[in-house]
Amino acid sequence: MEDDAPVIYGLEFQARALTPQIAETDAIRFLIGTQSLKYDNQIHIIDFDDENNIINKNVLIHQVGEIWHISASPADKGVLATCYNKTSDSKVMTCAAVWRMPKELESGSHESPDDSSSNTQTLELLCHLDNTAHGNMACVIWEPMGDGKKLISLADNHLLLWDLQESSSNAVLSNSAALEGKGQLKFTSGRWSPHHNCTQVTTANDTAIRGWDTRSMRQIYYIENAHGQLVRDLDFNPNKQYYLASCGDDCKVKFWDTRNVTEPVKTLEEHSHWVWNVRYNHSHDQLVLSGSSDSRIILSNMVSISSEPFGHLVDDDDLSDQEDHHQEEKTKEPLQDSIIATYEEHEDSVYAVEWSSADPWLFASLSYDGRLVINRVPRALKYHILL
Amino acid sequence: MSAPQGGPLPGPGEPGSEAPGGKRRPHGMLKLYYGLPDPAGEARGGLAPGGDPGGPTDINGAHFDPEVFLTKLRKECSLTQLMDCETDMVKQIRALDSDMQTLVYENYNKFISATDTIRKMKNDFKKMEDEMDCLAANMSVITEFSACISSTLQDQHEQITKLSGVHTLLRKLQFLFELPARLTKCVELEAYGQAVRYYSKARSILHQYQHMPSFQGIQDDCQKIMANLAQKLREKFRDGGSGAKDLAECVELLLQLDEPAEELCDEFLSHARCRLEAELEALEAELGKPCGAPVTDILEFIDRGCNIFVSNMCLVIASYQELFVSREGVQGITRMAQDKLVAFVNSLMETYFSLVERRIQLEKGVGDNSLLVRALDRFHRRLQALAKLLPASNVAAEGTEIVVRAAKERIRQYLLALQSFYQDCLTDVRQSLAAPRLAGKESPNLAELLGTISASVLNQIKSVLTYVHLFTAKDITFSNKPYFKGEFCSQGVREGLIVGFIKSICQTARQFCETTGDKGGSTPPALLLLLSRLCLDYETSTISYILTLTDEQFLVQDHSPITPVTSLCAEAREAAQRLLNHYVKVQGLIISQMLRKSVETRDWVNTIEPRNVRAVMKRVVEDTTSIDVQVGLLYEEGVRKAQSSDSSKRTFSVYSSSRQQSRYAPSYTPSAPLDTNLLSNIQKLFSERIDIFSPVEFNKVSVLTGIIKISLKTFLECVRLRTFGRYGLQQIQVDCYYLQLYLWRFVCDENLVHFLLDEIVGSTAHRCPDPVPMEQSVIEVICERG
Repeated sequence: MEDDAPVIYGLEFQARALTPQIAETDAIRFLIGTQSLKYDNQIHIIDFDDENNIINKNVLIHQVGEIWHISASPADKGVLATCYNKTSDSKVMTCAAVWRMPKELESGSHESPDDSSSNTQTLELLCHLDNTAHGNMACVIWEPMGDGKKLISLADNHLLLWDLQESSSNAVLSNSAALEGKGQLKFTSGRWSPHHNCTQVTTANDTAIRGWDTRSMRQIYYIENAHGQLVRDLDFNPNKQYYLASCGDDCKVKFWDTRNVTEPVKTLEEHSHWVWNVRYNHSHDQLVLSGSSDSRIILSNMVSISSEPFGHLVDDDDLSDQEDHHQEEKTKEPLQDSIIATYEEHEDSVYAVEWSSADPWLFASLSYDGRLVINRVPRALKYHILL
Repeated sequence: MSAPQGGPLPGPGEPGSEAPGGKRRPHGMLKLYYGLPDPAGEARGGLAPGGDPGGPTDINGAHFDPEVFLTKLRKECSLTQLMDCETDMVKQIRALDSDMQTLVYENYNKFISATDTIRKMKNDFKKMEDEMDCLAANMSVITEFSACISSTLQDQHEQITKLSGVHTLLRKLQFLFELPARLTKCVELEAYGQAVRYYSKARSILHQYQHMPSFQGIQDDCQKIMANLAQKLREKFRDGGSGAKDLAECVELLLQLDEPAEELCDEFLSHARCRLEAELEALEAELGKPCGAPVTDILEFIDRGCNIFVSNMCLVIASYQELFVSREGVQGITRMAQDKLVAFVNSLMETYFSLVERRIQLEKGVGDNSLLVRALDRFHRRLQALAKLLPASNVAAEGTEIVVRAAKERIRQYLLALQSFYQDCLTDVRQSLAAPRLAGKESPNLAELLGTISASVLNQIKSVLTYVHLFTAKDITFSNKPYFKGEFCSQGVREGLIVGFIKSICQTARQFCETTGDKGGSTPPALLLLLSRLCLDYETSTISYILTLTDEQFLVQDHSPITPVTSLCAEAREAAQRLLNHYVKVQGLIISQMLRKSVETRDWVNTIEPRNVRAVMKRVVEDTTSIDVQVGLLYEEGVRKAQSSDSSKRTFSVYSSSRQQSRYAPSYTPSAPLDTNLLSNIQKLFSERIDIFSPVEFNKVSVLTGIIKISLKTFLECVRLRTFGRYGLQQIQVDCYYLQLYLWRFVCDENLVHFLLDEIVGSTAHRCPDPVPMEQSVIEVICERG
């Protein structure tokens, strides 16, 4: 069957930051933060109309600086956090802040037929995450299942846990941990586990991956030399606790069981340059996306280590006659891991890929030259998984 | 030809006598008489003027009519012819007349003498008849007399017969009564054979009449004596010291005495077993302590085993067979004895085999194995002899089995030895690579190292092949066993040893790529390069050479599937490729790390105006140059794309182009940001996508291209993560120009370097809030200053 062509959207600026609007589960919406040193930076709210294959955008001005990381609140559609570069007196500092977008843009239904430049709107600052004592902010992570009141930010070698109070207008540092060791240790990325009551966070610094307990802020596991070189990104399997994916400069994507960290469960080596991003599909965790500075996005089908290693299990009630039983046995055979597709619509390094929070078969990818590509899982595979 | 025959008398009326053809052979006439064709006669008849054979004009024919003849003659012939004919005929008639006369004369005498003889005979017969009559009369008289005499002697003859019967009976009885005494005497004199003979004569009679008290007594006495005798014989038998002949006699006698054969067999065998087991124990002692070194070498051990144990075993078997098996006795005994013997031999040989196997297992040295092969050969040969003696046992098969196992084990050991040899070679190479370089001395030449390692490995393989070849030598008895002809060559040597070794080389190569993949690893890159070349050499020539060598030495007659050369070559090539890729990756990483550190650690916003190329760039160029030299030692140059004549002087055109203008000075044009993207995208449309960590080709240029690609891409990505001040940008410009100046010569397509460097400078400009590019001329001056 014919697959829909990818939908491409170009930004005027270079961009690295991309996130789905997590709290939104009906509309397909992504937020993009731009990087420009000379102009006002923007946050593009991209609405994708699945039926008509049309993109609607809204632009918010983000005046404080170029955006290095963006994350949306899981509870409130209008709230997001950014990490941005602030240049002052020949000093570059990366800060983080929590913002609220104008109410009418929250649900994105707002049409903007006019030229976007004429009626750009600004973000409302809720609070700064004060990092003067801790160094540059690498990223901000929201508690995945919570009420949007808890944040973790990574600043140089500090892991900071924040509480948002007074309807998010005030951020209080509730706990922190620091990475001690020789040399300049710096967190590169982190991820909050949706399992274990959201008490676990995992971080990456250099070639190591560490797990933390947010209650005690103690290290709970440590994967030394998880990758041959820098670890760029992490993601938790949303359906299978203990399972973790990581990627890095050794061009590999690795899958870990955090209970046994001596060896990766699986390793993929398909990219021909650094892998910047790895993402599990929220519903079908066999689908794993990875984006790389070789300008490619690879969608893999990691059936063998997914929560559905035998394919979609059908309830026995539905099966009455022999034939169906036979079919069921067939589907129960373990499936092979495979590369489903390599997407080559980008022409520059891809620094971000994200699944849509509303449609599990759709994802967006962002390359440095400001190109956003929206792609779908091939239909054949989709039906194979569903049926 | 015309001489008249003396034998037959020709009748006077015969037509032949008047034949006009002259003298005729009597045979011819006879033949004519019997109706047979006579060619001579016909020929002659044809000549006659009459012609017409058999007709009335044929003068020799039966139906000759003189009237017709004459009329014809007169009608047909001229006068002269008639005259000739007439004279001829007269001549013939005259000749016939004289012939007849001679014949009559000769035969007349014979008639007369025959008549005389017959008359004489008649007289003689009459006399004879008279004498015969007289003889008949005499004979009848004699018959009468004879009948008379026999009738008178009849009674006496019967009496005499009776008497003589009684006499023999009495003699027998006497023998019986004297038997015990005789037996005792015989026993005393040790004439056991005699005694047994006597006894066996009397035994049946005694048995028959044992119901009579007197006979009973005798029988008891005899039995006692014989039991005693048997006892003595058994002792002698058990004693065993006596020679084989005595022993045989003993057994013979005992068997005659109805001793149970089974018992005898058992006794004999158990006796033999004692001795043989003692020998086995002695052998076992030679094995030495369980874990210590064996006392003697294997050939000596096997020799001893063969000479003592096996030969004694043969002796035992031979004498046993002579005693029990080959005797023409009851079939049952032979059968039973044979079974016992086979069981006996099998059990002892099993012990022996286990000893031999233990000894063979101790043989671990991986050098020359001629000793082992000779030992195995001897072992096998001696077993053949034994098997020939006793075809029913399975010693031969088991012996062969042991030899086969030993051979397999040997192959396994050689494979291990080869592998460890290879590992040792690698360690040596590692050491010489890691050895501190002495001042003034060249670093170890990779090509030389490669030559050394491949030559020594090849030599090792060859010598191992020679060792293994001993197993199939013509003079070795087991070499013509089906295993050694087929499976040993194909599955054992070719597959198990050679193919296994080649595969293990590839395996080792792959391990280098895997285990050291993280954190740079401890493998020196030079080793990776060297191994990659080694694998490539294997692919191109060595593998097929080795396999051809193997196939030649071991003519494979087996048709089991074998690994084809091509698949091995493919494997080697793949290993070479992986090693080279890994080498590129490792080297690229080393340079990348330098570049990354240099970008990450510097404060690019507050840097001063560039005066020099940064030291790290010089270091990069230096390292690249040395890698170039290193790779050049092992790999060919490779192909470059055509390049401009003066590449090093290329003025980095991007800086002055209009595109560059828009890139570096976006503020000049209102729609700048969009244009920048558009232009850079358009540019990208025309350049091919570059795969950074991609497989390289087996040549220097490709390798270097790979390394440089990796390094520059890292540079690019690092630059994009930083923010630059004006002088930061200018420094990057200087650095990139410097790199461009030196790196183009290493790569296959200089445009690649240009493209990546353009990207770096472009990205830097983007990351610079105040992009004021440096003048190209200044950059050139700085770079040329060094």
